[in-house]
Amino acid sequence: MKYLMFVATDPDGERDDPPGEVTIEEWVAKHDASGARVRGDRLRPPEDATTVRKRAGKVLVTDGPFTESREWIAGYDVLECADLDEAIAIAAEHPMARHGRLELRPFWAIDQA
Amino acid sequence: MPEPRVTVGDALVQALARERLRIVASLIRITGDWDLAEDVVADATERALERWPGDGVPTNPAAWLTRVATRRAIDLARRANLERSKLAEVAALGAQDTTELVVPEPPALEDERLRLIFTCCHPALPMEARVALTLKVVSGLSTAAIARAFLTSEATMGQRLLRAKRKITNAGIPYRVPTASMLPERLEGVLAVVYLIFTEGYAAADHALAEEAIRLGRLLAELMPGDDETRGLLALMLLQHARRDARLVDGELVTLEQQDRSRWDVAAVDEARALQPIPGAGRGLYRIQADIAGIHTAARAAADTDWAAIVRLYDELLGILPSPVVRLNRAIAIGMCDGPLAGLAALDAVAAEGGLSDHYLIPAAQGDLLARAGLPAEAAAALRLAADRAPTETERRQLERRRHELLANRPER
Repeated sequence: MKYLMFVATDPDGERDDPPGEVTIEEWVAKHDASGARVRGDRLRPPEDATTVRKRAGKVLVTDGPFTESREWIAGYDVLECADLDEAIAIAAEHPMARHGRLELRPFWAIDQA
Repeated sequence: MPEPRVTVGDALVQALARERLRIVASLIRITGDWDLAEDVVADATERALERWPGDGVPTNPAAWLTRVATRRAIDLARRANLERSKLAEVAALGAQDTTELVVPEPPALEDERLRLIFTCCHPALPMEARVALTLKVVSGLSTAAIARAFLTSEATMGQRLLRAKRKITNAGIPYRVPTASMLPERLEGVLAVVYLIFTEGYAAADHALAEEAIRLGRLLAELMPGDDETRGLLALMLLQHARRDARLVDGELVTLEQQDRSRWDVAAVDEARALQPIPGAGRGLYRIQADIAGIHTAARAAADTDWAAIVRLYDELLGILPSPVVRLNRAIAIGMCDGPLAGLAALDAVAAEGGLSDHYLIPAAQGDLLARAGLPAEAAAALRLAADRAPTETERRQLERRRHELLANRPER
């Protein structure tokens, strides 16, 4: 199963960095090596976001993300896992699981109802 | 002459009662589709009602049902031409001749049942769906019965179950017992679902639902023999359920203090007592609560209750579960142990912390302690407030009755 993992900030996340905790680089290296992480990137903050809509034939461009909120998407990773529990275990190892929050969304396969 | 229908019905009911879980679990394993698995087992059951009266009851009814359900699943998969699905592989295997289809030897029943329970209680499902799915798949209740227990329509409950089953497939929720690193957390989640089913039944005095939770508790205690919290939960439910006939008399709630203790269910109490702590196991929240319930049960009369021990247990419980309700219960225990004034002071502290403001339990406990302190008018006022806020009609009536008793027994001034 393929999952998109949104890496989001969370104002209520834990702030401290206990010694010995894996860094994002180490997390990436480990799951790239195992083949579970297909790809991923960091994203620029909401200040740099642009929202595009088309209504009645007219393109509307606005500054900022879809929704104003205290949390925002800081990056994403595509995971290839046997099942949700495997994806949960990998997500739980990510430092942003403590500092922020991660959302796992299964890919909607083209041929799937 | 064909066997009478009654016999066929009996054989079917027995096969389903004993083997339904195993049959459904096999079909889930084979098809990977929860909804389809349930449908084909229902189809196979109908087929049995048609065929058995003429053909006779098969020697192994459960194997017959599994075989017929599996064939039906394969036919459906072929018809839908689901190339990607796991079913296609099974269909390919059985392609030569479905009448000769050999159902693979199922894994041990214990494993199947655990797999089902852990999947139904997966934390990626909403809590109400976990409860509904557990009752449907593990307990085998009908959608209509679950809807009745949770005061919702059959259509709504059916939708809830369908969404849950679809999420299992779409989100890739695995059909297996969690790995060792996830097991403790997941088991905690399973116990929470079972206790929620119990408390729902307890609050509504729905004995059948409470008994269903106890059955699930027994099953888990049997499947997870090394886990003390699982035993603790079963003991707790049994001790609470043991009071059912004394707690509700003619539709009216009776407080623990006023219950006729001879009406407590001795068999349930004995079963709970036999669930002794596992030596060396840590003490969790269900074990501690079972101990508290056990102290009440051990007292022959309400006045014999060892309240000091109960206060100590609530202190222990607060270390694990620092919730306002636990603090409230501890304050009540202090009132019984150190006198009503100490209890009222402890209650004030709970109320000041917030979290339970506007909750009926605080004025209800205040009313009780004020009455013990010899202040019936103040007690009656607190009980009136509690009655106004009571969540159920039975509880409201019980609080009103207490208030009227107080006012009736008030000494003339």
